[in-house]
Amino acid sequence: MSKMDFHAKLAGNIFKIDNDDTEKAPAMERGFNPYVTNEGTVAAVAGKDFCKVVGDTRCSLGYTILSRDLSKITKLTDKVVVATAGMRADAIALHKVLLTRIKTYKAKFHKYPDIDVIARMLGNTLYGRRFFPYYTFNLLCGINSEGEGAIYGYDAVGSYDRVNCGAMGSGSELIVPILDNQIKDHNVLEPEAPSDTEIVENVLRDSMHAAAERDIYTGDGLEMFTIDKDGIRFEKEPLRRD
Amino acid sequence: MDFGNDLDFLDQPEFGEPDFFTKAPIELMGPTLGLDIHQNEADFEEADINEDIGEIKSEGFCFKLAPDECPSEFARSLKHLGPKLADFKHGTTTLAFEYQDGIIVAVDARATQGAFIASNKVRKVIEINEYLLGTMAGGAADCQFWERYLAMQCRIYELRNSEKISIAAASKILADICYSYRGYGLSMGTMVAGSDLKKGAQLFYVDNDATRVRGQLFSVGSGSPFAYGVLDTNYKWDLTTEEAIALGIRAISSATHKDSASGGVVRVYHVNNQGGWTKIHDQLDVNEDHYKFENSKGLRGDGKEGFGKLKL
Repeated sequence: MSKMDFHAKLAGNIFKIDNDDTEKAPAMERGFNPYVTNEGTVAAVAGKDFCKVVGDTRCSLGYTILSRDLSKITKLTDKVVVATAGMRADAIALHKVLLTRIKTYKAKFHKYPDIDVIARMLGNTLYGRRFFPYYTFNLLCGINSEGEGAIYGYDAVGSYDRVNCGAMGSGSELIVPILDNQIKDHNVLEPEAPSDTEIVENVLRDSMHAAAERDIYTGDGLEMFTIDKDGIRFEKEPLRRD
Repeated sequence: MDFGNDLDFLDQPEFGEPDFFTKAPIELMGPTLGLDIHQNEADFEEADINEDIGEIKSEGFCFKLAPDECPSEFARSLKHLGPKLADFKHGTTTLAFEYQDGIIVAVDARATQGAFIASNKVRKVIEINEYLLGTMAGGAADCQFWERYLAMQCRIYELRNSEKISIAAASKILADICYSYRGYGLSMGTMVAGSDLKKGAQLFYVDNDATRVRGQLFSVGSGSPFAYGVLDTNYKWDLTTEEAIALGIRAISSATHKDSASGGVVRVYHVNNQGGWTKIHDQLDVNEDHYKFENSKGLRGDGKEGFGKLKL
């Protein structure tokens, strides 16, 4: 079995790379499946006048780790970043499309788009591939024109809503309950946005360490972006590497 | 797919560097959602589905299709291709009914991914414009996107004809879209409620098979049998607005109690007969509602009836 085939099998992918007829792929419903999942986890919390985003840097294929240092978060403007879990190839393609469309917007209107504009742009970009979707799960994070922290959460085909905190990817089921409890005051549906950056930072860091502890697709490195009126700051620290 | 020489930029050494990408043809980067849609009448023609080229061109949009033998089958079978790829919100309870003073629209707010509750505060009433409301069941993205598009079409109609579009025509636009994308796996079960000055409040049901029916009482989603039970028992044409709102809340709350795929909060809107709507309740916690209703019947509501009065 070639190395590529090995990866393909591990990922449960039936898209055969060579034409070796002696080794049949397992019976599947469809012949063409371009999707693989490289997963990983991203999470974000919006505060009164800031927004914090974390993501891990592992990229997996089945049980194989392809990279331990691949960023999931891309800076779009001085006020907005996009964090994407799911399939890396689609995420990279999508981030390039977004950067291109933002540049086009800048050229047309001589200003960078606000986060609500980018949110709609991302929604439309994802829906434009409704019949051949990008296999990506996005959090669009930043500060809006009023200077408030804002997060928009998406599904794979572009349905979106503004949220005050969120998590995407393989560790999201582990992290969302922590955020519910620590950020949303548990069962309170409209809480006051947290204003203490240190609390938010610690909750996010602990959540990612918790996810790395229990999720095989999360680990290796942690990136933290802080977006506020002074711009975007970026920190990196290690996560479990096993 | 043959892009001809357009793909030459892929071979250039600086391809992929940030500066390079501004030179790539934008048509390849995503759907063309520019402002230049509907420049001439010819654009109004039906969706031009060209599976050989791998795209659907329609209404100024360009939807990419999969480079597969049968792109429509690919689009239909998305949910088998990747986990969470097309995890649509099938768990839902939405309802709307006409009564003497307009329409009440009430919805729950839960979104599920399998057994995981993705959110308990989804907005399932889409405020299309100041006189139209749409509800959301099925694919969230499909409902959001096409009802947003419907808002645009209604505004264009206003500008062209100097009058507001009728509710019948607006719901027909949505049904026509569903018809032109039949077989591509769109998933939407929506109620279009609106009000115009000629005919007052009207209610239409539109779904992804392009079914479009006018009616007085609809409920859509997995919790709809429970909601229908409450609605049909208590519905009268002569309800006052207060009674009608209470009935809507009651039906949704009961449905969320029995249907585990529905829940969260109740949102209630009122469409009046004078060409507008108002938001009555933004979020009522269904858990609190449950105890309120059971206590009003003299029950404890915690499943331990006969154990004396509930101590709160």
